[in-house]
Parts: sequence; structure tokens; C-alpha cells
Amino acid sequence: MVKNVFGRIYIGLIMLFLYAPIVVLIVLSFNNSKSRAKWGGFTLKWYSELFDNSIVMDALWTTLTLAILSAVIATVLGLLGAIGIDAMKKRNYQIMLGATNIPMLNADIVTGIALMLFMVRFLPLGFSTMLIAHITFNIPYVIFSILPKLQQIDVSVYEAARDLGANSVKAFWKVIIPIIKPGITSGFLLAVTMSLDDFIITYFTRGAGVNTLSTVIYGEIRRGIKPEMYSLSTILFLMVLIVLVMSNRASKKQVK
Amino acid sequence: MKRMSRKHLATPYVFWIICFTILPLIYIAWYAVSDGDGGYTVENILAIFEPVHWKAFVLSIELALICTVVCLLLAYPVVLILRRLKIKKKGTIVAVLILPMWMNFILRVYAWQVLLSDNGIINSFLGMLGLPSINIINTPAAIVFGMVYDFLPFMILPIYNSLMEIPNDIIEAAKDLGADGFTIFRKIIWKLTLPGVISGITMVFVPAMTSFVFSDILGGGKIQLIGNVIEQEFTTSMNWQLGSGLSIALMTIILLIMALLQKSNQQTKGNNMIW
Repeated sequence: MVKNVFGRIYIGLIMLFLYAPIVVLIVLSFNNSKSRAKWGGFTLKWYSELFDNSIVMDALWTTLTLAILSAVIATVLGLLGAIGIDAMKKRNYQIMLGATNIPMLNADIVTGIALMLFMVRFLPLGFSTMLIAHITFNIPYVIFSILPKLQQIDVSVYEAARDLGANSVKAFWKVIIPIIKPGITSGFLLAVTMSLDDFIITYFTRGAGVNTLSTVIYGEIRRGIKPEMYSLSTILFLMVLIVLVMSNRASKKQVK
Repeated sequence: MKRMSRKHLATPYVFWIICFTILPLIYIAWYAVSDGDGGYTVENILAIFEPVHWKAFVLSIELALICTVVCLLLAYPVVLILRRLKIKKKGTIVAVLILPMWMNFILRVYAWQVLLSDNGIINSFLGMLGLPSINIINTPAAIVFGMVYDFLPFMILPIYNSLMEIPNDIIEAAKDLGADGFTIFRKIIWKLTLPGVISGITMVFVPAMTSFVFSDILGGGKIQLIGNVIEQEFTTSMNWQLGSGLSIALMTIILLIMALLQKSNQQTKGNNMIW
């Protein structure tokens, strides 16, 4: 029992460590003083000014479009890729797994620079190059989420559907897809998260004038970050938190 | 499904890998060996051994090693406690660890600057308690602190996944056969979580070794890591050949380290776990 108490305290301290900066940012978003060092009273002005700040709003729009588009494309390519890889013989299978691992194991700075050097030859750096880069580093997350689910599938389930008269496309949609759906969902969500959180690869593949939230913030660090950024992050963070809590509740109810 | 037709579904992905993973790597390697006037040279790759680059490189390895060890030491107890507390809701635990990523990464590191600075929040708090203040901002210690903060979830998740896969029966059997807690840990738990530990080490060491953001924000911009050196070759010095050469050297050395790590544990073969 004593061990459990210490255990809980330890987990609590780790949580404090992980969430302390988030609390700081949320508090700063309500700080009336422009200085980040002192508390100047409670205010909501950074929230109202947020929507008039076109730099932040443009960056938000770019970040979200980039995240959703790259995750959707990566999920489609990754789903097809995973099904194909799953059917491959041992040697090709190993080669494909190795190649899929490259963007995950390679340092972001090398991936970013390599993509930039290659793409700048035939594309002007801008949204399209950022999109290609994000798709590239997102696909492995999708594949490694779906592949284990595919390997769990009992082939006889699929064959039973075929025996009962379903054609291959129908059997695929009605049998295979529902089984691997959790893998697809988690792959997609991981891809969105990775895309939103990326800085280094975006930094090297972006063009002048196109910014994500990360690159705007990085550019502001020396001059001091505008408080509107804190309020925007707080809104985004709370939205995700609410969605998570709600989906958690929903899944609990389903279990009951 | 027929094997033949299914395999072809991977064609678009194979095409994508060749275009945007393999070709860019060939490109950066080509840049690394070209001297800018149409000739070839290995100078840009060997430039990593020049004192100014080598110093940054060695410091990067040191900080990344410290960061990896600290992450492992912090993460392993977390996972053991989670198992002991019988918290089985995997989804919740993963969500709690991933959730911080939805707050921008650079902002979160920046928040540590606010917390750690000499007259920052932590020091005012320590002052109120009458404790001595900590002055680590703009030192390598602050850089490691930020890295540990950002990469800790990537150490916890894979170890958690591999620990949760150990059936209770095995541990019960060992107990029945008279093994004490330490023996169980050494002979069963540690061995069976080793693949998770290795993938955790990979996911922490590589980004810690190559990032330039932590040193920029928490190191006060004066401490140069190899990531900063490479970044500046592309953004301020505009020497793409040298930047590519250093990148290739960095990549090669990291691959060698990873190969050694994988060799030390053959069990991880065929393990496609994402975390």
C-alpha cells in the first residue's frame, strides 16, 4: 500500500512535469501585462485581438489545412500501401518495411534538407512542397498503425464472405475494412498530430510568405512572442481536451 | 484476396517512397560530394572533423546521451507503477501522453524558458520557500531539461506497450518457483521489455542529437549543437554543399550507432511496433 502511495506521487510529479508549461501558457493567455515575467491582472483582450491578427489567422489556416490534407492523403496511400505490403513475399516485405522506416529513423533535419534540395529543382518552395513533406513523414505512422491489424486478420473470415457470394470489393469493404478500422483511425489521428507538431521539416521546406504556427512562433522568439499566440494555443488545446474527454465517456458507456 | 492483385495496391506508395524518400537522400548525398564547380570532393563530409564542427558534434552526442539515460530512468518506473496500479485503460494513458503535443511544441519549450529563467516562476517559488535558486537557463543543463521534457513520452509509450504484453501468468509462475522481485525484474520484465526500451532509445536519441530548437531557445543561442551548425549553413551561410556534407556525416554516424544498438538485441527483429 505504501508502495502504491509513492507510485501515485511519482506519477503525479511526472504529470506536473509534462503539463507545467501548458499551464504557464494558459495563464499567460489571460495576462494583462505584455511582459511574460509578471502578472498584470486578468484580461480577455488577447482572445478578442486574436481574430484581428491576420498573421496568426493565416498561419492557423495553413497549419490546419496542411495537417488535414496531409493526413488524409497519407491515410489513403498508407492504407493501400499496408494492404499491398501485407501481401508481399518475405524479401520485398522486408525491403518495404525498411524503406518505410527511413523517415521515422532519419533525423528530421536530414529529411527536411533532403526534401528541400530535391523539390526545389522542380517546384517553387511553398504550400505544395510543405504538403509533400508532411505526407512523406506521415505515411509511416499510418502504415505502422494499420499493418499489425492486417496481420491479425483470419483469412477464413474473408473467404467465408466470398463463399457467401460477396465479390472481392464488397468483401473487402464489409469484412477487412471494419476489422482494420481502429488502425486506420489511430494512424490518421497520429498523422494529424505529427503534422501539427512538426517544426524542423516544415522550416526547411516552406517558402517565403507561407507560415505555419510553428514557423511564426519560431520567428517571434527573439522579439518576444505575441500574447495572441498563447490564447490561440489555449483554445486549440482545450478543444482537443474536450473532444478527448467526450470520446472517452462515450467509449465507457459503450462498454457498459 | 489474390496475392497478385493485392500487392499492386502498394504501387502508389512505392512510387511515393522512391520519389520523396530515396531520391531526396540521393540528392543530398550528391550535394555533399560536389564542390559547387562541377567537381567532386569529400571535403564537405570530412568537415565534421574540423575542430569547430567536431566540438558541436561531441557536445550534441553528450547531451543526447544524458537526455536518453534520464528519459529511461524516469520512464521505466512510470511504466512499472502503471502496471502495479492496474491502470489498464491504454487509450487514456496514450491520450494523456500525446495530448501535450496539441499545444505547439515551440511554445511549450518557450514556456520552460519562462519557468526556468533566473527571475522566472520556479525561482520566485523557491525564493518564497526560502530555498536557493537554480540558475540553469542558457546552459547545457537547460537544453537537456527541455529535451527530456519533450521526448519523455516517446520513451514511456514503447516500454509501456511491451510491458503490458507480458502475461501475468509468467510472473505468477516465476513467483511460484521462488523468484524474488529483483530476479523477476532482471530475468523476465527487463528482458521482455528490451524491444520497447530499444525503440524508446531510438525515438529519443536521434531527435535529441539533431535538433537545433532546444539550444536556440533554452541555450540562449550561444551554445552550438550540430543541428545549429547545419541549420546555419542553409539559412545564414548559404553553403549548401557544406550543410549537406555535415548532414550526411551526421546521418552515417547515427546509423552506425543505431546498428550497434540493434545488434545488441536481436530480439527486436520483425517487431513492427510503432512506438
